[in-house]
Order: sequence, then C-alpha cells, then structure tokens
Amino acid sequence: MIAPFHFAGEALQLEPAGVLLWPAMRVMVVADLHLEKGSAAARKGQLVPPWDSRVTLERLGLLVRRYAPRTVVALGDSFHDDHGPARLLAADAASLRRMTDSVDFVWVRGNHDRAPPEGVGGRAVESWAAGPLSFRHQAVAGVAGELSGHFHPKARVATRAGQVVRPCFMTDARKIMLPAFGAYTGGLDVRAPAIAAHFPRGGRVFLLGQQRLFSFSLGQTSRPGASREACLRTSREACLRTTPLDPVVRSTHPREGA
Amino acid sequence: MLAAARAGEHVLLIAPTGGGKTLAGFLPSLVDLAGGPRTTAGLHTLYVSPLKALATDIARNLTAPVAEMGLNIRIETRTGDTSSDARKKQRETPPDLLLTTPESFALLLSQPEAPSMFGGLHAVIVDEVHALAGTKRGDQLALCLARAAKWAPRARRVGLSATVAHRAALRAFIGCGDAARLIEVDEGAAPQITMMLPEERIAWAGRMGLASASAVMKRIRGAGMTIVFVNTRAQAELLFQELWRLNEDTLPIALHHGSLDLAQRKRVEAAMAAGALRAVVATSSLDLGIDWGGVDQVIQVGAPKGTARLLQRVGRANHRMDEPSVAVLVPANRFEVLECEAAISGVAAHELDGDAPGAGGLDVLAQHVLLMAASAAFLPDEMFAEVRRAAPYAGLARQDFDDVLRFVEDGGYALSQYERWRKLFRDAEGRVHVANARVARQARMNLGTIVEQPLLKVRLAGRGGAALGEVEEYFANGLRAGDTFMFAGRLLKFLRIHETTLECADGGTGTPAVPAYGGTRMSLTTNLAARVRAILHDPGRWGQLPDQVREWLQMQQERSELPGPDGLLVEIFPREGRWYLVAYGFEGRNAHQTLGMPLTRRMERFRYAPLGFVATEYVLGVWSAEEPQDIAGLFHHDLLGEDLDVWMADTSMLRRTFRNVAVISGLVDRHYPGAEKNRRQVTVNTDLIYNVLKKHQPDHVLLRATWRDARGGLTDLGRLGALLDRARGRVTVRRLDRVSPLAVPVLLDIGRESVRTEADEDSLLEETELLVREATGGPGGQGGTPHPPRLSAPRRAIAR
Repeated sequence: MIAPFHFAGEALQLEPAGVLLWPAMRVMVVADLHLEKGSAAARKGQLVPPWDSRVTLERLGLLVRRYAPRTVVALGDSFHDDHGPARLLAADAASLRRMTDSVDFVWVRGNHDRAPPEGVGGRAVESWAAGPLSFRHQAVAGVAGELSGHFHPKARVATRAGQVVRPCFMTDARKIMLPAFGAYTGGLDVRAPAIAAHFPRGGRVFLLGQQRLFSFSLGQTSRPGASREACLRTSREACLRTTPLDPVVRSTHPREGA
Repeated sequence: MLAAARAGEHVLLIAPTGGGKTLAGFLPSLVDLAGGPRTTAGLHTLYVSPLKALATDIARNLTAPVAEMGLNIRIETRTGDTSSDARKKQRETPPDLLLTTPESFALLLSQPEAPSMFGGLHAVIVDEVHALAGTKRGDQLALCLARAAKWAPRARRVGLSATVAHRAALRAFIGCGDAARLIEVDEGAAPQITMMLPEERIAWAGRMGLASASAVMKRIRGAGMTIVFVNTRAQAELLFQELWRLNEDTLPIALHHGSLDLAQRKRVEAAMAAGALRAVVATSSLDLGIDWGGVDQVIQVGAPKGTARLLQRVGRANHRMDEPSVAVLVPANRFEVLECEAAISGVAAHELDGDAPGAGGLDVLAQHVLLMAASAAFLPDEMFAEVRRAAPYAGLARQDFDDVLRFVEDGGYALSQYERWRKLFRDAEGRVHVANARVARQARMNLGTIVEQPLLKVRLAGRGGAALGEVEEYFANGLRAGDTFMFAGRLLKFLRIHETTLECADGGTGTPAVPAYGGTRMSLTTNLAARVRAILHDPGRWGQLPDQVREWLQMQQERSELPGPDGLLVEIFPREGRWYLVAYGFEGRNAHQTLGMPLTRRMERFRYAPLGFVATEYVLGVWSAEEPQDIAGLFHHDLLGEDLDVWMADTSMLRRTFRNVAVISGLVDRHYPGAEKNRRQVTVNTDLIYNVLKKHQPDHVLLRATWRDARGGLTDLGRLGALLDRARGRVTVRRLDRVSPLAVPVLLDIGRESVRTEADEDSLLEETELLVREATGGPGGQGGTPHPPRLSAPRRAIAR
C-alpha cells in the first residue's frame, strides 16, 4: 500500500519497497542500489554469495513494470565501486540494459561510484532537478525540496515485544531521505548525528513493511540500543517490580535489587 | 600412566578435580626427558588447555621443580599473549615442553614449518577434555589432533577429564582414530551441599538472587575463602555491588568474569593464589582451571542448571581428596528452589548429565581446511581420510567434505563467478594449494571458533587510563554522555565512544545500566528437569522443602494440579480480557521457545487469535483473544512438520546461527588489515547474505551447517520432540477461573524477548503505530505529513 505524501506542493507517494513515486511527472526515485557489492567483498577475500545484483535488479524491475515510470532516478551509489559495471554478470547486465532502454534512466553520481557507469545505458548526472524538487546523492544542509540517499536511514521502534528495526524514509517539510535499496546495504540509525543534523526540528519516519509503511515521528523512535528490554537499565528484579502484576504477587514480591 | 606411556598407548584419565591429574599427565614426559639427551630435536610434549591462564599457571608450577631437580628441560607457553619475538624463536628452536590453547595449536599447525616442528613430538596432553568435546573449539582441536598425528604418527595422546557422563565419546576424541585406554581414579569424599534461602520471602520470579546478598555476606564472613558462582556476567556485577554495599568490614571481595580486562582478571587470580582474598564473585570464567587450594566453600547463586556443571563448580572448593567440598546453593526464585533440591539429590545419586558431543561443525571444518592449506598443499583424498580420524568428523560424508572444500575454494556457489578471487587452487597432480600469501595471512588472522558480538573496549578516560574490559557495542550505543553504568565492579560515568573504545570516568550517579551480553544460555538439563518433575509429583518429598514453597505447591494442588512425571499438564485461564495457556513442558527454554511459534500458528488456524508467548526453563505460556478449545489437537505430534521448517528459516534464531557459521567458516572476516576503524564498510551484514543465499541456493553447504547447528542448539528440536511424544494421548487440561500458583512465575516473565519473523514484526509495528496515534490524537508530528498512510484493517498482533 502506497503512502501519499505532500511535499513542496507536489503529491508524492512513498512505496513500501523503498522507492518514491512522483505520479504527476511519472518519476520513480530509488537510492543506493550498491550493485556488485558482493563481488567487491569477494575481491577483498570474502566470497559472499554473488546474487546481490540479481536480487536488487529483480526487485527494481518489478517496480518499474508495476508503476511504468517515464523516468527512473537512481540517487547515487548505484554501483558499489567504479569497477562494478564491468563485474556485472552477463545476465544481470542484460536485464539492467533492458530497464535503462525502456525508461529515461538517470544515474546521479554518488561517493562510491564517482565515474559515470559505462555500458549500462541511461545518462549520468551530478544531480538532477525537476519542478520545485532537487535530487542528489547526499543532502546539503538547509536546502529545501530535496530528495537524497547516501545515509541508508533505518529506525527502531519499541513495541510490546521488543524493538523492531527497519530501513525507513526520513522526512520533514524540506527534505526526504530515501532508504537504501540494494540487497547488501545495511543502515544508519536516523538518530545518528549525521542524519539528525539535516532534520534539526525533528521529522517523520516511514518504516518499510511487507505490505505498507509504518509512520512515526522521530521522537517516537528509540535511540539505538536504548534497551534490550527496559530491564537492561537496572536489574531484572527492579524491572519486574514496575510490571503490572497480580496484587497477590506484588504484595509478596520481595524487596530485591535495591 | 607410566605403564601406558611405555606401551605407547593413548590414555583418557578421568579424575575428580584436585586429584593431581595434570601432573600425572606430564609425568611420563618428565621421566623421558630426565632420562638423558634426546635423539630427536624439536618439540617433545605439547600441552593444550582451554584456558590461557591454566597454561601459564602450569608452566610456572612445572618450571620451579624442574629447575630444583637440575633438569635441563625448556618449558614455555604459547598463547595469544606471547610476543612475536618469542613466537619466532619458538618456531626456530622449539622448547621441550610447550603449553598452549587450541587456537594457538591450530595457528602453529597452519605454519609452513609445522611438519618439522611437530615431527619429533612424543606426546600431546589435552587438559579439561570434557569442557572442549562437543563445542566448536573441541571440533577444531580434534581436527588439530588428527593433523598432528599426520606429522608425528607415534606421538601419544593423553586426555585429562573431570568425571563425565559420556566416557566413550571422550575416549574416541583422544583416540582420534586409534584406541585409547581409560584410566579412572576414584572420586574423593562426597561433597556436602546445602541450600540457603533468603531471609525474607522467596521470590516468584527473577534470576539474580540479590535478596540473598546479606545471607551470602554472612557466609563469606564465616569462612576463610569463598567463591560465589553466578550464571551471567550481569548477575556477577549486580551481586558484587550488593555485597559491597553490605560489606561493612570491607573484606577483600573481588569480581571475575570473561569480559573483564585480562590484566584485571590476572590480578584477581594472583590475589586468590596468594590467599589475599576472602571472596570472589565469578561466572564460568572460574569453572575450570588452576587449583587454588585454599577455597573453603563455594556458593552458587541462581539455578544450578545441571548436576555435572554443579559438581564441577563445587569441586573448586577444598581441593583435597580426603575432605569433602562444601557448597551452598542459593535459589533466586521458587522454581529454582525445586531445581536446587533436585540438583542436590542428583549429586547424591552420582548422576551425571549433559548432552553427548554431536557431529563436528562444517564451518569449523572449512576454517581448518584453509588453515592447513596455508601450511602445506594436500590431496583431497588424503585430507578427507585425515579429517575422518577426528572423532567429531568420524561420520563425515564425502559429499559434505567436497562441498566444504569447494566453499573454501571459490564460495561454492551454483553461479560461479569468483574464479578470479579463489582462495585455493589445484595443481596438475590435484594437490590443493592456498592461492597466495594474503589469503593465508587473512585466514590466520581470523582463526578461532568463538564468535562474539561486536565489542568495545572500556577504558577510563585520560592519558594512560586503565583498561577495564569489554562491553557489546549494542549496549554502548544506548548510553548518552553522563549516563551511569555498572562494570568491572565500579559505577562509571559514560563519556564518549572513540573508534572502538568506550571512554568513561569513575563516579557515576543515579540508576545504573548493567551491560548484558549475548551468547548461548545453558539450558536446564533433561535429567535435572526429570528430577524436578519427580519432586513436584511426590508430596512425600515436600517435607524437605521450605514452608513457602511447600505451601505454594499445596495451593497449586488445591486450585489446579501438579504436573506429573509423564504426560503434559496444560492450564487455561482468563485474565484481564485475555486467555492464557500454560504448558508445563520442563524441556528447557530453547525447546519451549521453539514450540511457541508452531503452536501459535496452529492456534491461529483454530481461530483462537493468539497474541504472544513467553518461554521459561519450565513452561511455555501463550496468550490469546479467544479461549483455546481443542488442546489435544494443538499439541498433536505432527506439530514438528514442514510448517516448522518454513517458519524457522525466517526466524531471528536461524539468522543468529548463520552469523556464527559465516564468521567461523571464513565467509566474512572478523579482522581485516587496518579495517578496525570502519568495519561496517568491509563486512556485509550476514542477515542480508542469509536472505540472498536462502533465496538462490537453499542447499548451500553453509545453510546446511546452519540448520545442523540450529537443530541442536538454539532450537533444541530433540527435546521438543521428546515433549510432544510424552504428550501423545496424555494431555491433561485444567480450565481455571484465574491464574494458578505455579503459573505466576511465567506471567512475570512476559515482556522478554521472543523469537519472531518479519511478518510478526509488521504486526507489532502496526499495533504500536495505532497505539501511538490513539495516544497522541492523530498523526501530528512536525514532519509536514498532512496525509498519513491509510490504515489497513488492524490485523492480529504478534503471531502469524
């Protein structure tokens, strides 16, 4: 289920798979694909499974078919390094090529992929703009109407049964930060100073779910590691004492953990 | 021992602690070395101990008498602490006796000099075999023993062990493909074990036992030297603080656990050896090791978990064969009172428990294969034969071996694209070589089978601030500047995290946080659980229980009934608008946790709308919106079918297990030259790898290894099967109008971490989102989102 989102006077949509849609302009935005991160690790001696690009491209391909955008904007770090395009397996390169041939595919430059990706189609730009919106890899302080990636935002929410951590959109009235889309991309907590600095007055996060997004204000998310249960803060016993219990139990519970 | 040595036999020596078995192990080697100049150069005897401290201590204990006797025997240690100069020298001219750990042993064998270094070996002594066999460290050691036997086929192997249940498995471990003679020394005087209760009420739940601190303090005052054993590091910190709060005479009481800085631990051990301490609060870090001699009593605070483990701990007191060890058990709650009582009767009956060592891990094998290739090229057929000598791998299938070898070679992926980055290559004769020096170096850097969460060093701020130990990064991330936390027996103020160090200062104020550590928790053993059930079912034995516990059981008898030795008791009662189902399984927390998921799935199918569950060592508690009706149907033994596999593959348990497998097998590296500062950049998150691998190659050897580990470890499927078998046709259902006395403890445990899948998490998020919205009266927020996502109809909460 898509979440409508009004931003800079435009009607945007946040998609639970982690992409952003701009129906009026038929634009789809995706961030941090990090294609060929697996083979980048293999180069350094860690032979992790090689299908990350395939998984990422299959997911992206599905969304392109479903929403039929005219333009796809990839917000940088689309390849894990500049040699990534050359390492793509033939089948993956072909499926990427099909995608970039079918739409106006815009590669925004990132910090991992400084050179324009070669042989994969599409057009490479430093940043992109349309109407009131600007699209770049890394957020620039104070700029409004900006969509960016780079930080791989994720958020934690304390639930009845412990914390749940998910990649998320981080938003306020001026900026939207997209979650990383790549199969092997980790994340940075939205409360980390690097992200929080761009949202000085707080904001709203949208956690990715299987069918829909879950929306919380920044203040409602938890700080990383804030607790593995509140019990961590003191002893288990002290924690138990604050749990609502049967009156019979409460009255007989010993004074422990002073 | 000498006769066996003369005959060149391998020996497993089983003796209680304090029997002087370590010296017995060395005796033949000392006699041999004293007999005159040696015909062969190089290492004569290798001693392997699970603890660095033990190796160091024994080296010291041997060096003095050898020097006094004027013997010209070079005795040295080789551990992670050995300087690189000393290591180099040891490689060039090995000492006569080398004392080391399994990891350092493996490291030596991975060197190109290994054949010459071990060629003249006469004996390998493995201390505390019982603590190693059945663990991944033990798997690695068994493989190393097989490797050493290749370079020195005539070397004798000697295993030293405490009394254990599974002698045959340990003999096979030491035999390593050959026969091993068993020499068993009589146990000394039976230990005197008593139970001590808190002065006030006995708690319903909780595991720290802090209510007994003053009673423990009294026992410490009344004895010369006490070891206070606890079950977790957090419990150690808390109890230590509480004891010091009560320590009016400022008796020297110390703290010892595995996360404290090595230097700190050494200081504590030295003070113990010198008799300068009155008590030390310790975790399993003091289970094994050096005889301190002067320990007058052992106090176990919290559940004993198993009789063999309890005996091991009790054996730390009074290491003299002719006098009984004195031990006191301090239960932290009512169920633990029963468990302590059961453990005391188990010890009296000389019953030993614990699981038999299982098959060796394929992840350990992968690490070993690469390390051995780093030492010398091998033919796969020969390596397979060598590996099968190691007891944990005696039943290894050739297919598994080949898959492991291929994994090490190029990842072993169906879609092979890593030819350029292979770690091994084969020459024209089919011999397997390591690809290059960098691969060999990286393999050595990442050697070892103990996987920890990312850790941060804890250090007092300022130039030359003392290192205190390590905490999990997860814990550190939750602290804000100025927060107080309890560590290394101090109240500390958190200042900042700098690279991989947590900087702090003395003198924190306010309620402290206590670091918790991951890692596997030991489960209540099957034998001990059976004993607890037997006590529950036999009111004739309640006379020995404290009044409060007896009354508790009597009340249970009146309001419901007591779980029997067979069958399965299930209670159902309403409470605050929910229905609770409590199943008295007694198969340990892991098995109960594993049962929770398929059971709640089935409850959902039966339309009882399950909401969540919680597992303890003794019971499983489930709560639901509707009253569960068909209980026999719920616990039908087909519960362990395909459904369970599908669910398990998606749980956090499997991911956690996979992480360990990925690290040990070398799929991801823990250490990378110069990468400590930004390790996240280097390592791909293993959860993400798991997802991709599961999707594209579900039969990959690492996923197979993960499943094998999971079935034994975190999920305890064997015990779950036993539970369902026992329940077959014998489920007793009690429908009550309110919570039963026996069920109170599990209700108190609700709210702790439970195992779940992504879909469960979605439900939790949805519930939380709704709650927040209700509480705040709409979406609000400063984020400028006038149009929140439309809500789907509220789905069920936690369980799918």
